[in-house]
Amino acid sequence: MDFGFKLSPSSAVNLDTVDHARYDRLVQLVPDALTCIGCGSCSATCTAAPWSGMSVRKVLLGLQRGRDDEVDSMLSKCMLCGKCTMVCPRGINTRHLILTLCRLSRKGEVVR
Amino acid sequence: MVNRTPVIAIIGAGIAGLEAARQLSALGYEPVLIEKAPVTGGHVAEWNRLFPDMSPAADLVQSLEAATAKVRTMTGTEIASINRLKDGYSLVLSDGNILVCQAVLFATGFHLFDASKKEEYGYGIYDRVITNRDLEQWFNTRQDERIRHPKAVGFVHCVGSRDVKAGNTQCSKVCCITAIKEAIEVKEAFPDAEVYCFYMDLRLYGKKYEDFYIRAQRDLGIHFIRGRVSEVGEDIDGRVVVKAEDTLSGKPVKVTLDLLVLMSGIVCNPDAQSYAQQIGVAIDDDGFLKSRNNLGSIVESSRPGVFFAGACTGAKTIPETLAEARSAALAIHHYFNNRG
Repeated sequence: MDFGFKLSPSSAVNLDTVDHARYDRLVQLVPDALTCIGCGSCSATCTAAPWSGMSVRKVLLGLQRGRDDEVDSMLSKCMLCGKCTMVCPRGINTRHLILTLCRLSRKGEVVR
Repeated sequence: MVNRTPVIAIIGAGIAGLEAARQLSALGYEPVLIEKAPVTGGHVAEWNRLFPDMSPAADLVQSLEAATAKVRTMTGTEIASINRLKDGYSLVLSDGNILVCQAVLFATGFHLFDASKKEEYGYGIYDRVITNRDLEQWFNTRQDERIRHPKAVGFVHCVGSRDVKAGNTQCSKVCCITAIKEAIEVKEAFPDAEVYCFYMDLRLYGKKYEDFYIRAQRDLGIHFIRGRVSEVGEDIDGRVVVKAEDTLSGKPVKVTLDLLVLMSGIVCNPDAQSYAQQIGVAIDDDGFLKSRNNLGSIVESSRPGVFFAGACTGAKTIPETLAEARSAALAIHHYFNNRG
């Protein structure tokens, strides 16, 4: 039925209901992930970012905000070159973090 | 004057006033502490533990009080008026006495911003919204009806700071580290609680402050959300619903909390402004007292015989306040030496 209008889904993030099981598992396996300050140097130096939108910063944030589709899409673009690890001011092994994350299902189980 | 010990009126017996009194006594002067409150120690006496070493605030206050035990101290005393004399100042006190002095030291400190003025945050409206001072009181007493095993706690940075509409455009400088300190303490008290900090910028510039930040993130899993809280509401269970933008992802966020702590900022003590006006001491456009210059002479006013120590000239940390109190004592010493 056409009402002459349609409803857009809200882009708001509700932290009460967001599922962050995969993030919780990730920080168990790579506790340094917690220390990200969102400076963006990983994204700035990323060789894949200019063409693909890959960003380690956005991956970490997306996990905490329930944006799994965006996270998976970004992860699939990573070439594992490791430049992000070299520039991280908090010394997070981001390459290891990405590899660990690729092995986790959305529910946080180790699948690979 | 020549054969008499100069009398120095110190307005305010917080940590700046106490430290200055101690130094001035040691230099052979006669400081007189005038304190409006019934006790000395000022704001620090209301706090529980202090960054960066988490030492008890009471220890610092007690050591300063012990060091100034012989200084003439008038608590519960207000200044009705203050006047310029040819060679000093006279203070009319609320007990009817008049104190004549050769120098005045403003150690009047600050006022904590009245969080109820930011009505959208609901302080004084919703039960579960408290301030940094309320939380420190709870740390001291462990008694507050509003704090009952919270499962989710939020901290709002910059309440009444960097806010033109709140009348204070300045950064209060110590609230970022205080928020993280208190967030850590809350998480330690309630380990199963989720703790969120809503910040605009994190201004953590001092010795060991960054360690607090890393500890809060890595060891305690405190969540930092970069975005200013826009509004707070209450749900049917009396919990508070907080809305902000997560500016790093560019999305609005909403979270329901059992306790929301507002980090009230530092504004000038209105009494200090009133005393300053009475004796022609300039007030800066940020509302704080105006130093002769902000680099080399921050403890000196533009008037002879009037000096500043601590937060009367702007937000300060405790070590900065104590250093300024010592600096002011020395400036007063030079002032009398040069007068001969």
